[in-house]
Amino acid sequence: MSRSLRAGTRIRNSRMALGMKQAELARACGISASYLNLIEHNRRRIGGSLLLRIAEALGADPSTIGEGAEAALLTSLDSAAGKHVEAAAERDRADELASRFPGWARLIGVQFRENARLEQVVERLDDRLTHDPFLSASMHNVLTSVTAIRSASGILAGGDSVEPEWQRRFARNIHEDSQRLADATGSLVDYLDAEADDRGTGSLPQDEVEKWLIKRGWKIDELERDAAAPIAAIVDGADEIRTLAAQDLAHGYLAQYAADAVAIPKPPLEDALGKTDEPLVLADMLGAPLPTLFRRLVTLASDALPDQGSFGLVGCDASGTLTYRKPLPDFDLPRYGGACPLWPLFRVGQQPMMPVRETLAMRGRDDYLFDVHAVAEIAHPLGFGGPAVMTSWMLIREWPRSREANRILRAGTTCRVCSEADCPARREPSVFSTLSDERL
Amino acid sequence: MTETRVLLIEDEPNIIDAIRFILSREGWRVDTSSDGGNALEAVRSRNPDLVILDVMLPNRSGYDILSDMRADEAMRDIPVMMLTARGQQKDKELAERLGVNKFMTKPFSNAEMLANARELVRR
Repeated sequence: MSRSLRAGTRIRNSRMALGMKQAELARACGISASYLNLIEHNRRRIGGSLLLRIAEALGADPSTIGEGAEAALLTSLDSAAGKHVEAAAERDRADELASRFPGWARLIGVQFRENARLEQVVERLDDRLTHDPFLSASMHNVLTSVTAIRSASGILAGGDSVEPEWQRRFARNIHEDSQRLADATGSLVDYLDAEADDRGTGSLPQDEVEKWLIKRGWKIDELERDAAAPIAAIVDGADEIRTLAAQDLAHGYLAQYAADAVAIPKPPLEDALGKTDEPLVLADMLGAPLPTLFRRLVTLASDALPDQGSFGLVGCDASGTLTYRKPLPDFDLPRYGGACPLWPLFRVGQQPMMPVRETLAMRGRDDYLFDVHAVAEIAHPLGFGGPAVMTSWMLIREWPRSREANRILRAGTTCRVCSEADCPARREPSVFSTLSDERL
Repeated sequence: MTETRVLLIEDEPNIIDAIRFILSREGWRVDTSSDGGNALEAVRSRNPDLVILDVMLPNRSGYDILSDMRADEAMRDIPVMMLTARGQQKDKELAERLGVNKFMTKPFSNAEMLANARELVRR
């Protein structure tokens, strides 16, 4: 069941509530009565200008026809049924469930969304436990120390005679390893405590910079006012940036920000956005490359973008390592591990400067759709003699719910938390499939 | 009867002490190598009856060493027991794909390690 099918039911209900005949409404919208009949019985897709014309003829807000609480509920029900096909839920009768048992329907919707939220939490924690270099090194230290202590103490307590020289040696080894174990567990606890209290500096310099950018809403007012403002002073004033590595990253980020602000000042960007939200057209109007436009769009606050919604952005280098992360609420970006290989972000590296647009559905996220634009750029900072440095970018925004998507690419965040068992691009098992196996 | 020779490739000195002691009590000769970069050459030159191989080694991973051993006719049939602090299923599957004979997750017991080593040298 698609959003357009549900929209048909709402159009029919609104028309009948107004006492309007089908032929009347069809005439007012410039379509045939038979075509309207198909729409109302959810047998034809609807979107774009036709949806607007119908809403106008019904005197309704387009969003109440294209979307609304009921539609969101039906979307959740349908997504829940789609995720658990083994339950054989009667997907074509979700409308009936929602109207006859609205409370139960809401409960299913709430539980489905809560599951999705918990999966996001698992996703982040798993990403971290698997790839956080500090946690990984600490756990290795702990296990190595425990192994050495267990072996040495097993020898001493085993009942067989052990020469005095070896006894002393194993006693010394146990002492050394227990000290190492105490240090490793102590630093691990400190690290986790600091994270739990949110007082820590974060495990990576990128975390420090990201915390700072989140606090600033990804906007650097000093550079918006004057792109030549001293960067060092801005970094020095950032409480979140504590390590030298983070300072270095922040300097690089701000230098890029200043150059982008010169290339696309804020006033013409906002003017251009009032005319179009198509990135290629915008880039052409502003005379700037797409990656510059992408980076500028994420600096705009969502209240400055009433029609476009806020933007997310992810950048990666030629190795696929994510170097720029501005997530959206339902579009997580992994910090430590590799992202979903199906993202267009990784495809555009094969043809630099060739933009790609996709409608992306994130698995396990209530089938939220995202409009993504990706492009890769190549720089030669050391001239012909030096290496080519490639960076790929992917701009992310929510797909407008009132708009139909013709082709949808289904993807995830990262393999370990993706439930798509038959994905041809999978590189490692999912923790969710492991959990299912254990339950069996 | 020829002496059983074990090559222990491990970089943690205290684990080396313990394993060396346990296997020496069996009357086996235990040689060691602590660097992943030299490990393959150590296997080639000593031609042991058993290799006990850590995964996380300086300069070269145990997986790479195992892979090269299985690709080399002279070392292909030497039994390998792997030791690792990473005990996830995917680590074990990788080791099995590469041709490991026993895969042990740290922390292991002395008895378990010795039983596995005995089984492998008797083959």
